[in-house]
Amino acid sequence: MDGAPFDSTIQISTDALDRLMPMHVCLSASGHVVACGPTLRKLATGTSMVGRWFFELFEIRRPGGISDLAGLRQRVGSRLYLALRGQPSPGFRGMAMPLADGQGLLLNLSFGISIIDAVRRHALTDADFAATDLAVELLYVVEAKSAVTDELRQLNLRLHQAKTAAEQQALTDTLTGLRNRRALDIALTEAIISGTAFGVMHIDLDYFKAVNDTMGHAAGDHVLREVAGMLCAETRVGDTVARAGGDEFVVVLPGLADVARLTAIACRIIAALNEPIDFEGHPCRISASVGMTISSFYAAPIPDQMLADADQALYACKHAGRGRALMHQPPTPARVPALTLHITEA
Amino acid sequence: MHGLVNKSIQCFVRDTYGAATWAAVVREARLGFDSFEPMLTYDPALTEAVVAAAAHQLQRSRETLLEDMGTYLVSHPNVEALRRLLRFGGVGFVDFLHSLEDLPGRARLAVADLDLPDLELTDTGPDCFALRCRSPLRGVGHVMMGLLRAMADDYGALVLLDIQTGSGEGEGDVIAIQVLETRFAEGRRFDLAARAG
Repeated sequence: MDGAPFDSTIQISTDALDRLMPMHVCLSASGHVVACGPTLRKLATGTSMVGRWFFELFEIRRPGGISDLAGLRQRVGSRLYLALRGQPSPGFRGMAMPLADGQGLLLNLSFGISIIDAVRRHALTDADFAATDLAVELLYVVEAKSAVTDELRQLNLRLHQAKTAAEQQALTDTLTGLRNRRALDIALTEAIISGTAFGVMHIDLDYFKAVNDTMGHAAGDHVLREVAGMLCAETRVGDTVARAGGDEFVVVLPGLADVARLTAIACRIIAALNEPIDFEGHPCRISASVGMTISSFYAAPIPDQMLADADQALYACKHAGRGRALMHQPPTPARVPALTLHITEA
Repeated sequence: MHGLVNKSIQCFVRDTYGAATWAAVVREARLGFDSFEPMLTYDPALTEAVVAAAAHQLQRSRETLLEDMGTYLVSHPNVEALRRLLRFGGVGFVDFLHSLEDLPGRARLAVADLDLPDLELTDTGPDCFALRCRSPLRGVGHVMMGLLRAMADDYGALVLLDIQTGSGEGEGDVIAIQVLETRFAEGRRFDLAARAG
């Protein structure tokens, strides 16, 4: 290699600079704008930037404390965060470098993160960006991503709705772990189809609302779970114990249609529920009323009819003073003697 | 509040304290479901209930809990993807600080309806910054404290942080950041394109 020493400064026409860096600003030694790129010119609507003092046009937000050319010269080569004064746009990032005259500075700017906003606000096109700029690719990726995300979001919503529906259709009461209303209907239908006689008990807690109101929902939830445990303990493995809603429970007892035995079971349940339930050291006092019916009362048992009859017997218990068990009285000539049982606390 | 925010609280509790603790939080907050869906939006009251329930269950102040969550977001292996996204902020801790204002905008590029805390950084002196954080989630500045502390470790920087909790509506929390040493320790490795293979 020989020849003259290579001059490391280059010269470029403003026209070429406009093409290479459409968002550049050339500053004079005094900090006035000598030239600026076409895209930047587009942003300063109505006014010309050329000839204006740079620091009056732009605010350098970070690094802080730059308010004149001397300050900016000290930050040559650092990333700058700037904004056009009086414009709501989120701003630019940029970098300043000294010009060969040793006096002025050349700044190159870009939109950074605010590019999508800027393209929309100023109706920018591919031609407003340098050929090497990936701005349009970024816009493309964001649009493509948004389209895919929208699809996924809708799928997500559909799955969420399906999940909610499945949960509703599930057979378990989430609070107590007992069977739920839907499971109860299935159990009743199955008992009817099986053809063997069965009993139905409708159990309603007494004074439960008072526990909820005075000791809070946590105590109420605790009581419901304890009641669920007792009901399971007092019934057989093959019986269906369901929470029909609120503080109401229904037990279906396949193969058990004997009035006296059912009444005895109801009596045990009421006695068990009369015992205070401990919640964090405080006793919760409840009781229960039980309405019953048996499938042998009906020529063709219907689940809703049996539940309504057990409910009516329950209503009669409540009317007679709670803490009782009553068997439904079929309208036909009395085949079953009315059995009433009143549990008193020991 | 966006599902991603709720889900990150859930993952923090579950990954740090176990599934049983999260189940207890679910019960106490009366969520009615056991897991947040990241792409759904929830009533802000639920987020509030979960934070309060978690603080109660763990017997910690809300501030400590939120700060630990901020640390978790950067340092736990289960959320490595998030740490990587934050490291895109810059090659050094100070660059990272400067990138914070862009963070909500960057997040919106990925998830259009995700509203991250509004962050505003100002220079207050040589190597001193003030970061104002505004969010509907009360105490979000404490999350940022934990996050900044963990990010400083990640970059190997030594920083002093101090928080002033906002009192008025919309005032936000302000964190004073003093960068004492940018190369105090080795820091964790980061490559822009490290996902291949």
